Amino acid sequence: MKILTQHINEPGIETFDVYRKHGGYTAVEKAIKSMTPDEVVEEVKKSGVRGRGGAGFPMGMKWSFLAKPEGVPRYLVCNADESEPGTFKDHYLMKSIPHLLIEGMIVSSYALGANKSFIYVRGELLYVIAILEKAIAEAKAKGFLGKNILGSGYDLELVVQPGGGAYICGEETALLESLEGKRGNPRNKPPFPAVKGLYQCPTVVNNVESISNTPWIINNGGEAYAALGVGRSTGTKLISASGHIRKPGVYEIVLGVPVEEFIYSDEYCGGIRDGHYLKALVAGGSSVPILPANLITTTANNEPRLMTYESLSDGGFATGTMLGSGGFIVFDETACIVKNTLNFAHFYRHESCGQCSPCREGTGWMEKILYRIENGRGTQADIDLLVDVSRKIEGNTICPLGDAAAWPVASAIRHFRHEFEWHISHPEEATRPGAVYPTEAVLN
Amino acid sequence: MSTQTTDIKFTPENLEKAHEIIARYPEGKQKSALIPLLHLVQKQWGWVSPEAMDYVAEMLSIESIEVYEVATFYTMFHLEPVGKHVIEYCRTGPCCLMGGEKVYDHLKQRLGVQTGQTTPDGMFTLKEVECLAACGWGPVFQIREKYYMNLTCDKVDEIIDELSK
Repeated sequence: MKILTQHINEPGIETFDVYRKHGGYTAVEKAIKSMTPDEVVEEVKKSGVRGRGGAGFPMGMKWSFLAKPEGVPRYLVCNADESEPGTFKDHYLMKSIPHLLIEGMIVSSYALGANKSFIYVRGELLYVIAILEKAIAEAKAKGFLGKNILGSGYDLELVVQPGGGAYICGEETALLESLEGKRGNPRNKPPFPAVKGLYQCPTVVNNVESISNTPWIINNGGEAYAALGVGRSTGTKLISASGHIRKPGVYEIVLGVPVEEFIYSDEYCGGIRDGHYLKALVAGGSSVPILPANLITTTANNEPRLMTYESLSDGGFATGTMLGSGGFIVFDETACIVKNTLNFAHFYRHESCGQCSPCREGTGWMEKILYRIENGRGTQADIDLLVDVSRKIEGNTICPLGDAAAWPVASAIRHFRHEFEWHISHPEEATRPGAVYPTEAVLN
Repeated sequence: MSTQTTDIKFTPENLEKAHEIIARYPEGKQKSALIPLLHLVQKQWGWVSPEAMDYVAEMLSIESIEVYEVATFYTMFHLEPVGKHVIEYCRTGPCCLMGGEKVYDHLKQRLGVQTGQTTPDGMFTLKEVECLAACGWGPVFQIREKYYMNLTCDKVDEIIDELSK
């Protein structure tokens, strides 16, 4: 069952005509001609679709928080600032089938009563911005955008806004600051964007994949969407898979597929690359806790682990992780956990906006400590120091970047403490090029 | 490598584009055009000079400092002159798992420069960047708007040969 990628490989699907031939823009017609905005919101609520950027907050509920004061414009902003390491699904969707997002933006803007909506795309994807702008021009020429859409009296203008290379702008209030032409420093909440967002007006910020689900929901009904998946994990999810697997790429799954099937089935990742075996997994983008092999395909209670929000977080952070953005990074036994943790720590230090001291200072400290462990100059006390620093960042910052920086470090030590200890006790071996903790010795 | 930044003015084509960009935003919110205009500056001159920042400030009726604080925050903007081709190489975890470090070492050797440097002929500047959202197609680098993916040492040589012509 595919909702987003059913037609993604059709030749010419990036053009209006081919997209239209495969049922494109019927949701716009249906919504604008036969539904009130509130009815559209109701269907999205019924679908149970949750924010696909990583937070997993119910989208319909987010929409229902939007303040509607008289005479004040409302905005919809699509978050296409996809920057979480391991995540490349929105990039794939936008470059392959741009009209799907455009159609979703029209349906969603209509539901929210927005007459000007923005798609904020990370600045590196300049070529995708060109693809989206071309698609917008086509949709406008066909009367699906602009003034008086399909003769309904509803007006909508879509603006594609480039970022400038800053992970922090994926945080919704930093994104709004950036869209206003400022540094991407997250805002204190409240007020939430639903009350005071872009230009201090009520604003909804949704991820690309979330918005791209709305045409299907309108065409087929929220209940049909909710019938897919397991429990509160309804519908489908794009998973971008990378690392040591046979078939890296973007896969659309119905939520509830067993993790084991996702990794080993030829329909998805196709298994670990030849001659190697699974060592660790980051299931939802670099910020979620890393899991060791014994907690990936089954939970701590020996239940099969499923690709759902609930099952992946089963066991909390002690033995579980998060579905997050669906950035699925697979590590085989050749991967050094210390080195990878340092790599991620460098990323978060680089991307911290610098506004909150725990994050600005703490991310730098974590990187420095990890650097000396990786380079054979660590002490055993450094391991607890890292845990201590990560705890002092977590929960003490305006935005979740601090948590995102703390979790990979804390979880790597939680599950792979022996690798850190080995690096410290065997500096000569550990600093040789390509050196990895000798797993086989432990297994034997 | 051009350091000539006096008499800063957009080309007629870019000026038209700049006006089109500024008109996208609600009245009084023209500052939203700042990042798009800085991209336009970089497209025309290859980098963002202080003079170009002042020019943009004037165009948007904002203070120069408002432009400086933004240009220095966003890492895509080159605040010093760069080579003809800026290679922005992804150094983040997933690309490393796909063999990114070996290919990067080869690229540095091939160009004879370290991270942040420009080749003596001014053809290439090498920069390390964070995740480019192409992890499954790594290793990856970007030159302007173009992504080069699934890189190998051989492929890197071909790309450099082609761009050196």
